[in-house]
Parts: sequence; structure tokens; C-alpha cells
Amino acid sequence: MSRDFILSGRFGTISSPPARGSWLYLPAVLVALGMTVPLIYLIIRASSADQSVWSWLLRVQTLQIMGQSLLLAVTVMVSAMFFGVLLAWLVTRTDLIGRKLWAALLPLPLVIPSYVGAYLFVSFFSPRGLLQTLLQTWFGVDRLPSIYGFWGTWLVLTLLTYPYVFLAVRAVLSRSDRSLEEAARSLGYSPLQTFLKVTLPQLQPALAASGLLVGLYVLRDFGAVSILRFTTFTRAIYLQYQSSIDRSAAALLSLVLILITIGFLAAEQQFRHSAAEHPHTAVRPAGPIRLGGGQVPALFAVNLILLIGLVLPAGVLFYWLVRGVAAGEQLSGWLRPLVGSLSAAGLAALITSLAALPVSILTVRRSGWFNKVLEKWSYLGYAVPGVVVALALVFFGANYLPALYQTLAMLLFAYMILFLPQAMGTLQASLRQVQRSLEEAAASLGENPLRVFQRVTLPLMMPGVASAAALVFLTTMKELPATLLLAPIGFSTLATQVWAAVSEAYFARAAAPALILILASSVSMYLINHHSTQSGSSQ
Amino acid sequence: MFKKQYWLILLLGAVFLTGCASFSASSQAEDAGKLVIYSGRSESLVAPVIEQFSQASGVKVEVRYGNTSELAATLLEEGENSPADVFYAQDPGGLGAVANAGLLAPLPEETLTKVDSRYRSAEGLWVGVSGRIRVVVYNTQSLQPEDLPADLFGFTDPRWKGKIGWAPTNASFQAMVTAMRQMWGEERTREWLLGILANQPVVFDGNTAIVEAVGRGEIEVGFVNHYYLYRFLREQGDSFPARNHFMNNGGPDSLVMVSGVARLAAGKNEENALKFINFLLSPVAQQYFASQTSEYPLVAGVQIQAGLTPLENLNAADITVDQLADLEGTLNLLREAGVVP
Repeated sequence: MSRDFILSGRFGTISSPPARGSWLYLPAVLVALGMTVPLIYLIIRASSADQSVWSWLLRVQTLQIMGQSLLLAVTVMVSAMFFGVLLAWLVTRTDLIGRKLWAALLPLPLVIPSYVGAYLFVSFFSPRGLLQTLLQTWFGVDRLPSIYGFWGTWLVLTLLTYPYVFLAVRAVLSRSDRSLEEAARSLGYSPLQTFLKVTLPQLQPALAASGLLVGLYVLRDFGAVSILRFTTFTRAIYLQYQSSIDRSAAALLSLVLILITIGFLAAEQQFRHSAAEHPHTAVRPAGPIRLGGGQVPALFAVNLILLIGLVLPAGVLFYWLVRGVAAGEQLSGWLRPLVGSLSAAGLAALITSLAALPVSILTVRRSGWFNKVLEKWSYLGYAVPGVVVALALVFFGANYLPALYQTLAMLLFAYMILFLPQAMGTLQASLRQVQRSLEEAAASLGENPLRVFQRVTLPLMMPGVASAAALVFLTTMKELPATLLLAPIGFSTLATQVWAAVSEAYFARAAAPALILILASSVSMYLINHHSTQSGSSQ
Repeated sequence: MFKKQYWLILLLGAVFLTGCASFSASSQAEDAGKLVIYSGRSESLVAPVIEQFSQASGVKVEVRYGNTSELAATLLEEGENSPADVFYAQDPGGLGAVANAGLLAPLPEETLTKVDSRYRSAEGLWVGVSGRIRVVVYNTQSLQPEDLPADLFGFTDPRWKGKIGWAPTNASFQAMVTAMRQMWGEERTREWLLGILANQPVVFDGNTAIVEAVGRGEIEVGFVNHYYLYRFLREQGDSFPARNHFMNNGGPDSLVMVSGVARLAAGKNEENALKFINFLLSPVAQQYFASQTSEYPLVAGVQIQAGLTPLENLNAADITVDQLADLEGTLNLLREAGVVP
């Protein structure tokens, strides 16, 4: 252990006075209290669940549904991690042609709401979809194999979630020191060996955190599983709301989902625990790995993923738009939803990243059970379907905080509950890379903790902060249930516009806001990327 | 580097303020007062009608759009503190749940009697606005109307194996199963469900997806509401290869269903709420539904979509909306039969 200890640069732990930074507990605990709102609501509602719900819960079929949920979550997690790491490595470590462009485009599938993504996927790939129509005219193909069920759902969810891993891993790779990798290469390791033995261990915390986000995303997804017809536990919860508006039954099921999430959190803790910390500060520009003949397969992989994950959805939308306009559809009124989306998502990104900072610092810089509980507690809102969190806030807001109910503040609070773990995971990963001796050097020179944080820690973790804000921004852009139920009345976003049109089969009307959603998110992504690389290089 | 961040924050703040400004500009109450509507019907469908009402009455209307069941759950959570005056729902299920919680105020007799007693709550707590009928949508390239059986039971024949699409989680489908339980009895309904299951139907998420799949020829028939087809015909032209078939046998498969509207008892704008509900039942609004959404008007004297048989000439299921309220029983049956998880 001592070797790891020395390598991890943890000398500071012993000498640093334990009291420093304790004021962080105040905001951290406040945020944790906010996270408790859905849980209290669920317990209140579940306590009135009647016998029939319990008997439904304890059936064999229910266990089977749970098994399906877990199977989907784990498989998507594995594939998203694979693609996320591969792509991040390609755009940060190699001389891949056009990697700046790929780096900007690859996170974008994240902005596509899962119900829209699944819908577009079905209209293109289904047995008699657009692709079949094309193949029919060229090759006379009459029917394509079915894409419904497990594999279709797996593919769509993988394409929608790999950006979580991509963003987290890229943030680590773009800051971590390459000297170890170069040493390994000079000792005769192949790029693959170097990657497996040197790079991958550094990625472990970021991988664990982002993999967890992917797993939980899948567990609580409703859109893709219902359109691609794969029954999961969350789908069962939605059915309960839809069919009988039985809130107590749905609450009980949500509590079960929280139990499953605790299992995931424990697994993540194990995975992360085995990882050593690799803090580095000096980023030395090193020559990228030459892909040589590997350019072709690498470009093929990147383009295939972008084709299915981004170009096809956008293409189908564009086709709908053109067809609709040709049929005389009027396109207007997109400015207000655009402003709504941008302001809500921008504020949510700012507030949620800020709210995630204290707990991220505490959990990375300190150990102990309380900090662990504080960290896991933050996942509460992320463990249950969005509609459950929304209804919890409806209940508390309408009855106990009428002044704030249906205001933007309430909506932003909901976004915070829903997306805090996304910001936290990324912040923690980047904080782990900040060498503590630097902070201590600054402190010993007489700077107060706040100044140390502002002048040393924050600049060093800036790419991580930008990534965290970007993640929250992009997911807020597409958020639906909380926006519908909690936004100020009359407040519309691009996502609500898309939903309103798609749910009534007005495809042309859905196409314009959906395309604007993707475009606006892309521009924002570009700005954040640009900004974070600039601030990273200006030190 | 901090300068750049400040710029970003400043930019965000500016965007946000513009957003707020556009709100407050539009939220100045006029003399006619205001009205808050929770609409389970989508904005694309009803916003023009609401706009018309606002123009004609001078009432400042605020609408929260959402999914009917989620808005019903919201109303239940809000209870007496709900800001809503009116609940406009896609189907009777959501209205029933809110009515059972005692949150609705009875509507005046002259409003209720504008609509046939079959299409409103017996206690007068809500009234139907527009109707749709359950139909079988079929692919015109593989089937003729005469190929279709006389009632839905005919689809349990093995000839239909793999050719049927249905959406068992859809509220309208579940309403039809409730009607089956009322008119056929539990046993025969279960028999029908198992018979269709044996034919390995393709399961869809909703009516739209079924009509689309029938048009693509992925399946030959689907159990849907009539009006989705007209959206496709409008966007894709008459060549879209799918048409509706109404069973017209007076059984539960010839069901007429309604969207409905109710007034919340705790609402602060009673007068405007009633004004709005009456407006929905006025010839202007009813004509809008008939021509724009291809639905059936529930008030007499309105021109209906070309190709539709008038409601009064249909041999529709003889069942009241209150009889369709037992969704819990239907859900249990669907689960027992293994139709829904």
C-alpha cells in the first residue's frame, strides 16, 4: 500500500489540519436536505399502498421485469464505457484526422431526448421504415428484421449515453500527465499495452462515475423502452400512473428502484475503491500517438457512431421538415421556446455545478462514513423517474411553499435534484487530478482557504467544471416531466414543443424545434469546449 | 481567464432577463380577469381554440400543457391549493380520478344539457367536448373492408396471426377493454385478450405508431382511435395506404369516447371557467374540432370531417362514460392475462 500511497502524492493528508474547509459542510448538507424531498414524498405515498400492489410486486413476473431492467442497464453501461473510452482516447491521444471536429460532435447525441431518439430510430430502421423504402427501390428488399425488443433498445440507449463516458474520460485525458505513457512507450509497450496498463488505471474513477450515470439513466429511462417495446421496471411505474393514476403504487415501485440504485452505488464504490489516485498538474504537450494505417478503421468507427447517433436522427428530422413544409405547414413561434430552453438550461448548469462543488470537494478530500453517505445521498433524485421527482415537488410546493410553486426557482431546484450527480461525478474526477501539495503550498504562503480554492484549485479543475456544466446544460435542454409540471405557467421549451407535436403525430411541427434543439445545443457545446480549452491553456 | 467566465455569466443573465421580460409583458391582467387551464390535450390541438376564446372574451388565459394522467396526478397532489380553474382532459380516466377526490365543482344544468347524457358524468361534474370512435385501421394494399370480421372477436382467428397491432398501455384501448368487461363480461373479455395474445400481436406504445406501422405494411390491422389516420392523410396525402373501418355493431368495439372538461372547486375564477367551458361547447369551437382535429363534435348542427358517418347514424356501443370509470379492474385483468406487465 505504501507504494500506491507515495505514487498518489497523498503526503498532504497527514499534515493538513483537519478543520480546514469544514464550512463546506453547511452548503453540502443543505443540498443533501434538498435531495431528501423526493424520498419523504415517496415514503408518505407508499405508506398508503394497498395489498394488491404488494402482491403485484412479489410476483414472479415482477422479478423477471427487474431482471430485464438490470440486464439492460448493465449491457448498455458496458458498451457505453467501451465506446466512450475508445472515442475519447482517439480524440485526445492520437493524430486522428479531424479530431477537433469529432471532439465537438461526439458529445452531441446526448442532447437528443430518448423518446425522440427512439422514435427517429424506429422510423428509419423499422421493418418497413425509411431505410427499407430506400432498399426497396434499389434492391427490392421487402422487409427488414425487427429492431424492437432488447437489441434495438440496447443500441439506442448506448448511442444516447456514451457521451457521458466520453465527456468524463476526455476531461481526465486532456489534463493528465503523459510522461508515464511516454515512459511506457519508450520501454517498448505497444499503444494498446500502454493504454491498458498505464492510461486505463488513471481513468478508473471517471469511468466508475460516468458508468454509474449511464446505468442509472437506463434504469430510469421511459421513452426508449416504451417505443422500442422492452419492459423495464420504470416502464411498469409509468404504466401505473397512466392507467390508474395510482400514486401510492407508483411510489412503492419507485422505492424499489431506489433500492436497486443503492446496489449500483455500492458496486461503483467497489470499482472506484480499487483505483489509485493519479494527481498531476504539469501537462506537457507530448507528440500524439501516430495512428498510421489505423486512421482508416478509427475514422470509420467515429463516423459510424456519428452517422447513427447524430446524422440519421437529424436527417430524418430534416426529411420530416421538408415534407411538412412542402405540404404547407407553417413554421413559427420557435423563438420563445428557444429562449426558454437556453435560459433554463444555462441557469440549471450554473446552479447545479455550484451546488455540486461543496459535496464534491468534501468527498474527494476527506474520507469517513459521513462524507460517503453525503455523496451517495446526492444520487437520490437521480434514482427515480423524472415524473416522480416532479410530483414530489408539486406536492411540497403547492402545499408548503405556495409562494415558490410554479416559479423558475422551483424548476431550477427540480433540475438540481435531477442532475446533481452528473455534475458531481465530473467534478470529483477532475478534483482527484489536482495535486494537493500545490494547494498546501499556497496555504502555507498565507492564502486563506477561499483564495487557495479560487487561485489554485478552481483553475486546475476548470475543464472538469466546464464538462460538468455542459452535461447539466445538455440534459436540461431535453428534460421533460419536471419542465411540464413545474415550469411557470406558459413557459415553453424546445423539448416541450417537440413532445407536444410528436405525441400528436405532427411530425413536421416536431421537426423544427427538434432541429433547433440539436443546433442550439451544438453551438453551446462548441462555446463551452472552446472556453475550457482556452482557460486550460492560459495558465 | 476569469474575464471570460464573467462574460458567459453575463450572457446567461441577459438571456434569462429577456425571458423574464417577455413573461411579465404578457402577464398583465386585463379587466376581464384571468383563467388557469390544465390541459391534457396537446398544445398543437387546442391552442388555437383557447386563443380564440381569449380574443373573444378578453380573458387572460394561462395554460399548462401535459399528459392527462400526469396532470391528474398533479391536481391530486395540489389538492385545495391548485392554481388551476379548469381541467381539460384527453380521456375520462383522468377526470374520474380528480372527481373521485372531490376536487371538481358541479357544472350548471344548461351547460351539461348541451351534450347527450351518454357523454357526460352522471353527477354533472364534467362534460364531454369532442368524441372519437374506436376503429380498426387496415392496410389498403393487403386488405379490403370486406376481409375484416364483424366484430373484434373475429381477430382471434389464427388467420390474423402476426398481423395485428395493438397498444394495451394506451388509455383509449383500456377504455375499450373496460367497455368489453361491462358488455361482454369478465370471462369473455379475458377470452378475447388471450385469443389476441395467441395471435402474437405487435405491441405498440400508442395509436400513432400503430397507424404508421399499418401504413408501412409492417402489420395489416390495428385497433386505434379514428382521428390519427387523418393526420397522416393530411401530411402525406391520400396515397397513404391505410384506412379506418368502424365495426358498427353496437358492441364494445364500436365505442365512442370523449375528451372532457371540468371546473376545479378550488379555482378562483369561477365565472371565466364557466365561460370557457361554454365556449368549448359553442358552434365555433365545435366546428374547429370537427375540421381541424377530425374529431366528432358532441353538439348538434356542426359539419363533420368528409368521409365520417355522423354520430347519430352510427350503431355505437350503448354505454355511459361513468361505466368506463373502473380502470383499476381493467388494469388487473390486463395484468392477469399477461397483456401488460
